Amino acid sequence: MNPDLPVLIVLGAVSVASALGLLLSRNAIYAALFLVLNFGVGAVIYLVLNAPFIAVVQVSVYAGAIMVLFLFVIMLLGAERLSPGENPPGMSFQRPLAIALGGVLLGLALYVLFVRQPPTTATALADSSPMAVGLSLFGPYLFPFEVVSILLLVAMVGAVVLTRNR
Amino acid sequence: MQNLLNGIPLWWYLAVSAALFCIGLYGALARKNAIALLMGVELMLNAANINLLAFWRYLAPTSSGGLAFAAFVLVIAAAEAAVGLALIIAVYRITRSIDPEKLDQMKL
Repeated sequence: MNPDLPVLIVLGAVSVASALGLLLSRNAIYAALFLVLNFGVGAVIYLVLNAPFIAVVQVSVYAGAIMVLFLFVIMLLGAERLSPGENPPGMSFQRPLAIALGGVLLGLALYVLFVRQPPTTATALADSSPMAVGLSLFGPYLFPFEVVSILLLVAMVGAVVLTRNR
Repeated sequence: MQNLLNGIPLWWYLAVSAALFCIGLYGALARKNAIALLMGVELMLNAANINLLAFWRYLAPTSSGGLAFAAFVLVIAAAEAAVGLALIIAVYRITRSIDPEKLDQMKL
């Protein structure tokens, strides 16, 4: 028996459980910490998928920078309490409709996963070193890279403009 | 299933990522707190990233395009969090509330 399989089953269970904890917790701080756990487990899944660079970036950018930003805003606004979601009046038809559409989606997903023949697996070993990522970012993906850098600049300027004190 | 890698089928990753995406989507649609809503969006982006990397590893490991696009998704998630949280702070200054249900006007 391959040792990866039980590890991955535990990882998947922890990942889904932390996502559910994020959804069900009544305190925004706890929800944010559940999200940190989820991102950490995601980084381990990336490691199993032979993508160590993305895993390290995930920990430093997501679990580090973005979650610090989230916690900072939660504490700044004093928005720790999360009220439970409830149906607004006049929307009672939405629940059966949502259940029916969700059932259709689940059936489609199960069909694609188990009935249709999947494409065959490539067996070549992947080169996922930071050098390979950098070479592809500045080689074939140079244009998307430039677009994303402009997006980051726009987001930075937008965040500064939006939070400026008038 | 024939596409196994180290004894792990591809659908395992896809199932975990689909579950994370659905939970994130529910969170983004149903929470009554704008910050929890943004967390749901982050969860969905993370699920998409797991999908990207699983397909890259199983179906096209010789190209590094999957890694590049996973890196792009991380950058976009960072930009989205920065702008989203800035919007929440700007709206909170005016309305003293972060309930997205109360933000039903285009003009504040």
